[in-house]
Amino acid sequence: MHKTLQLNQNSMQKIYRYFTFIIIAATLFACSKQVESRTDNLPALQPSNANLNAGEWKTILLKRLDTFAVATPIAVTHVNYVAELNEIKGLQKNLTNNQNDNIKYWAAGGVLRWNETMRELVAKYNLPPYENADGTYPIPSAANPFAYPLFPFANPPYAARAYAYISAAQYDALVACWHYKKLYNRPAPSITDAAIVAKAGATPLPSYPSEAAVIAGVTAEMMKLFFPTEIGAIEQKAKLHQDAAIMSGAATRSDIVAGEALGRQIAQVFIARGRTDNAGKAVGTPADWANFETTTIAKGEIPWISQDKPKRPGMLPLFGNVVPFLFDTATSRALIPPPPPSTSSDKMKQELAEVYSYTKNPTLKNQQLVLFWGDGVGTYTPPGHWNAIAAEDFIKLNLSEVKWARNLALLNMSLMDAGIVCWKTKYTYYNPRPSQLDPRIKTLTGLPNFPAYISGHSTFSGAAASILGYLVPNRAAAYTQMANDASKSRLIGGLHFRADCEVGLQVGAQVGQYAINKAKIDGAN
Amino acid sequence: MRLSKIKMALLLFAIINLSINTVYAQTDQDAIMMNKNLFCTGIVFGTSSWNKYWEGVNSRENLNLGTVSSNSLSVMGNYGVKDNLNILFNAPYISNKASAGVLHSISGVQDLSVWVKWMPIEKELKQGTFSLYLLGGASTPLSDYIVDYLPLSIGLKSNTFSGRLMLDYQINDFFITASETYTLRGNSTLERNAYFTNKLYLTNKVAMPAVNTINVRAGYRSYWLIAEALLTDTKTLGGFDITRNNMPFPSNEMNSTSVGVNFKYEIPKVAGLSLVSGGNHVIKGRNVGQSTAYYGGLFYILDFTRKRKTESNAQNTSTQSK
Repeated sequence: MHKTLQLNQNSMQKIYRYFTFIIIAATLFACSKQVESRTDNLPALQPSNANLNAGEWKTILLKRLDTFAVATPIAVTHVNYVAELNEIKGLQKNLTNNQNDNIKYWAAGGVLRWNETMRELVAKYNLPPYENADGTYPIPSAANPFAYPLFPFANPPYAARAYAYISAAQYDALVACWHYKKLYNRPAPSITDAAIVAKAGATPLPSYPSEAAVIAGVTAEMMKLFFPTEIGAIEQKAKLHQDAAIMSGAATRSDIVAGEALGRQIAQVFIARGRTDNAGKAVGTPADWANFETTTIAKGEIPWISQDKPKRPGMLPLFGNVVPFLFDTATSRALIPPPPPSTSSDKMKQELAEVYSYTKNPTLKNQQLVLFWGDGVGTYTPPGHWNAIAAEDFIKLNLSEVKWARNLALLNMSLMDAGIVCWKTKYTYYNPRPSQLDPRIKTLTGLPNFPAYISGHSTFSGAAASILGYLVPNRAAAYTQMANDASKSRLIGGLHFRADCEVGLQVGAQVGQYAINKAKIDGAN
Repeated sequence: MRLSKIKMALLLFAIINLSINTVYAQTDQDAIMMNKNLFCTGIVFGTSSWNKYWEGVNSRENLNLGTVSSNSLSVMGNYGVKDNLNILFNAPYISNKASAGVLHSISGVQDLSVWVKWMPIEKELKQGTFSLYLLGGASTPLSDYIVDYLPLSIGLKSNTFSGRLMLDYQINDFFITASETYTLRGNSTLERNAYFTNKLYLTNKVAMPAVNTINVRAGYRSYWLIAEALLTDTKTLGGFDITRNNMPFPSNEMNSTSVGVNFKYEIPKVAGLSLVSGGNHVIKGRNVGQSTAYYGGLFYILDFTRKRKTESNAQNTSTQSK
């Protein structure tokens, strides 16, 4: 019955051929290349304009540029400075691959790299706490950040505020840095000593104090407030940033020391504001939470109800009371839009039917759009998405570090203030989600745990598109299109009513206009 | 082993994991060959569900998912190119849903998998028959389904290539089969263009770690009936854990150990028609659902030998002589 095969030469050839086929097919078909990020291999930043006069630009919180004194540097002929140059020359003689990679990484721009780091931390910490055994939820505590739930829960409002503070602080610190650079006018090490190679590109910018150290110092200090469990990793990263500046020949040790001190001091101004801007009270109390519901019922409207199981208190219900950057609190109240259609109105019924029509049998294209703009749990949030969009456009513009910081500060202040107005609106009207009013409605991405009106994605996007359109005019139409897509994704995804999205975009654009007004007179144009 | 001149059917192997939630009905895990010019084809319905999953190594429930269930309908086939060389395929339609929460259900045609199965060695050994198989398999998505929607996505949307070594030993009607499979997976493409694993990636491409699978099965195997128990251990060679209360991700380290049974019954009255059924349960896992799965299917063998009698006469003769 059974044929017995011998492993003869013929068979061996067959096996050989078989495995050759496997290897070729595997290589062609399931080729799993190392995945690279879009910004992994950027060239060194070569600003088209060094912005030598940026010390004259209008700061955000810093009242006087000389609030924090930077001592007069020693002369470049001083024996101690010569020793600092020798340190660089010695290092440059024996650079390891890791050190060269580190130089290359930071050469793309310190503001960019720290912005990416922020986005990374937001994504890492954007996780809603798991419920307690009794069906309540623990609240992350800044006082006890290492205990579960880890602090922070970097949700969209938290993230928007973190991006704004850190960007704004970087900007003020760099304006002060530029002020002192011009004041002391110490040339870059490679200009003083021809034996030093400008590995990250030559610059006409005076090197004292080091802008890299200012950025590293101010950012590391700010991060202590926003990501306290990451301080160790952040300080190590700040050191790598400073190492790169020295090894690339951009700064000597005294440039670094002066820059870091300046950055860390200026951060304190922003940290002091952050501690008193009402964000610490944004979680509210059970009494606050109940009050939203009773107030809404008293108005004859159906209140929002959490669809998380177990029911979770709405996300940061008092975030709307945070003190904005671009305008005062009275203005932020004035920006609250009129109420949404009544939950008992025909208009609301129409809008509900529209949401159902999109989600009943969703198209693949709609599913993809919803996921592209989802920016939910475990992501860098919609404000982070807009930072990514902005950063990848700014890279092409070859901006100086101070201009980078200025643009991101304007963007992120817009996003934070848009978040404040949006959250105030959400908890003023406490309007239900479509899936609450019609349980047939299923969502194409995770349902956020807060009231619907107005859409956060839409408000953030309206603000971002508005200020970015001013900063990069030739991309204005593209930003508007992206904002419309982000907004629409929430309607077709079953998360929002049309009114939430349309009004959200409008309110966002209004907030963005305040940033434009600020940008027009900050001296950076 | 080869069931000479005997009609045979297909057995199933089920890989169940959190992301796919379905029965991957395959015919490539058994030590049975189709004879030359026979084409066995059929459909299999599978259903699986879980209400607990491993977040990393911690077992948990998720009240916002409730029970996640997956139904699949697969079209499968196995063609005998030669008596010791078969080509197999499988294409499932999958539908996934969660019983609680508000996430939309997802359904669609998943991946086509094709295997080449070769038995270079079959020999008498002591009282039984020993055979050795080498298999190469590939899979590719058949539709542009969404991937970034775990745990309800219907697949991981990656091209794969697998190599397998399988050994079988049969004495009378009792057998044992063991195999090890190494699967390379190409990059998956997300709908978004940035993601965090244990660091931030600014791209829509996700590197997918390779997977190693060990399968051991033993039981009774005769012309009319196959009944076997099986153990499957699947290990992802890399990847990362789902963090606390996070969503699953395509490149998670998805490991599972499952036990199951398979049956195949040859219907006496209709030559070439057979029924298959079985089930399995995940007993241990990491970043996967603790699923229980059942399946049932119907297969029929088409004999192309007769239709091409003239040109294949010589080969038939040689087949029959075995």
